[in-house]
Amino acid sequence: MTSEAADSAEAVGAVAPAADPGFLQRHGGTIEYVLIPGAALAGALLVFGIFVMLFGKNPLDLYFYMYYGAFGTWFSWQNTLTRAAPLILTALCTALPAQLGMVVIGGEGALLIGALSATSAALLLQGMPPLVVQIAMVIAGVIGGGLWIMLAGALRQYRGVNETISSLLLVYIALAILNHLVEGMMRDPASLNKPSTREIGAANMIGSIPGTDVHWGLVFGLIAAIAAYILIYHTVFGFAARVAGGNIRAAKIVGLGVSKLILTICFLAGGAAGLAGMVEVAAVQGRTNANLAAGYGFTGILVAFLARQNPLAIIPVAILLGGISASGGLLQRRLGLPDASVLVLQGIIFVFVLASDALYGRIRFLKGKP
Amino acid sequence: MADGSIGLWTVPLAVLGGAIRVSTPFLFVSLGECITERSGRINLGLEGTLVMGAMSAYGISYLTGSPWLGVFAAGITGALLGALHAGICSLPRVNDVAVGIALMLFGTGLAFYLGKPLIEPTAPRLPAIDFGWWSDIPQLRAALRVNVLFLIGIALAPILYWAFRTTRWGLLIRTAGESSDAARAMGHSVLLIRLRATMVGGFLAGIGGSFLSLFYPGSWNEGLSSGQGITAVALVIFARWDPLLCLWASLAFGGAAALGPALQSVGVTSGYHLFNAAPYILTLAIMIITCSPKRTLTGAPAELSITR
Repeated sequence: MTSEAADSAEAVGAVAPAADPGFLQRHGGTIEYVLIPGAALAGALLVFGIFVMLFGKNPLDLYFYMYYGAFGTWFSWQNTLTRAAPLILTALCTALPAQLGMVVIGGEGALLIGALSATSAALLLQGMPPLVVQIAMVIAGVIGGGLWIMLAGALRQYRGVNETISSLLLVYIALAILNHLVEGMMRDPASLNKPSTREIGAANMIGSIPGTDVHWGLVFGLIAAIAAYILIYHTVFGFAARVAGGNIRAAKIVGLGVSKLILTICFLAGGAAGLAGMVEVAAVQGRTNANLAAGYGFTGILVAFLARQNPLAIIPVAILLGGISASGGLLQRRLGLPDASVLVLQGIIFVFVLASDALYGRIRFLKGKP
Repeated sequence: MADGSIGLWTVPLAVLGGAIRVSTPFLFVSLGECITERSGRINLGLEGTLVMGAMSAYGISYLTGSPWLGVFAAGITGALLGALHAGICSLPRVNDVAVGIALMLFGTGLAFYLGKPLIEPTAPRLPAIDFGWWSDIPQLRAALRVNVLFLIGIALAPILYWAFRTTRWGLLIRTAGESSDAARAMGHSVLLIRLRATMVGGFLAGIGGSFLSLFYPGSWNEGLSSGQGITAVALVIFARWDPLLCLWASLAFGGAAALGPALQSVGVTSGYHLFNAAPYILTLAIMIITCSPKRTLTGAPAELSITR
């Protein structure tokens, strides 16, 4: 989809009058990538405002509390950033395969498997120095999540099974495995009401960035997003992936190993989401239980689409959507809106963002693109 | 054999009952999706439609006291969501798979939002027809308590099969699905055909949702559907877009979904969650067996993006 949009933008550029050099010609495309999603976001907020108005709430109050709950105070900023961390990682799970033209929506499953693997690693290595345990947790989380999505990629490549559907089915299977282990083999007998695994131990938690309440998972996310950006846009491997995503036949003709590309990209994508699971265990929950299925994987899909599958753009978008979910509690307390209102807003944003795809290359004053 | 205790026979009986009871939502969603996909578009948002249908059916049934009005309201809700999907997809360069994902999130979110006040009250439920009156075994009688919607669904499958083959609109839908150019050359609007097909698909999926909240399990809560909608979409693919195969596949799925509770009732509790995941594992397994990387699936509408 992204490549199609880019193609037609180029086609429009070709017929546009060449005698319009300067700023717009060089940056029209970039402005478009900011302006159109921005307008879609504004439109979604407007519709959501009307929606809550139907329930007798003042939309201006809504916008104020949303801003206040997301970015109004240092406390809300920390809450926002804490939620943004897993979103960056789960968004990569959709954005990386998108470079190959694949639509993977199973980040939630990879997150759960990553969390389970990381917890298992920590429980097996009890008594080892915390740094060893933490590194093992990262490795286990990445490998667990990575293999989970790689399975969807392999099924696509070797069996022709649609990756969108298989990755979503794998979410439900992952949830079943998690519940099975948490209520069975891995259950901590002391967890009565909420079946959970044993705790990984306070010493093994990854803690907060000094001076804040924001955990180190945010740094993991930032590093992963930047690494993904460099991989996709500044390495031969990334170039090959984008070629294969643009035209799979051309990629085969020039001799690219498409299977290897698909499997590697899917592994990295799942690894990112698995890392998100590790972060949620090692920084927030301290153990694995059903709380981990909090929907970060699904919101991550929205983040990836809103960022137009660009790993760097994922960072600000994840912070924005982290902010929206952070403000949910305030909306509930002050306006009496149900907690699902965040889901409704996310759905409206998603719909608007997709509909806005029709606008690319159609805004007249931005047509200076070479 | 003591009265009422039939030992391990409980399991196959419960699976039979499950095949009848649990399969109905699968059946309606898959038949609806079959219509939509035959017109050349895929609607992954039926998971959201199913949940919205369940919520609106429960709400209307509670407010009016008539479960059948609830079923109708669920259908209308589904058709509206279908229209939304088709409307956005008819814009240039918009990807139908992505819109489906968006509507899946939107539909579930909206249903949870509007359905908050409905978790407590009890709405009138759909009546059941007792086909097991001749039997003394309570489990068998329970298995044969059949809902009218199930019968409608069973009747709908051959009707659709016939309609696709012989009627004018069946031919139009198939033309739009096989070659939008051909449909356009005949002077028909492909977008309009797909809009109608998606709306009918949504209508049926909404009714499938009403079965969840008004008959089995028969209440509204946020955990009502866990992927039944998406499973049904996958089911259409391995039913090769054939309404009759959708019927058999739905029955098999209902049986698989009933396996977990059935085994639990005879005391096998260890793998409860894994058995509950049986429909998803079954879907995946069947897709792995039936798909092939070398050729497109037989029966796949040529315009469908997901079969590439």
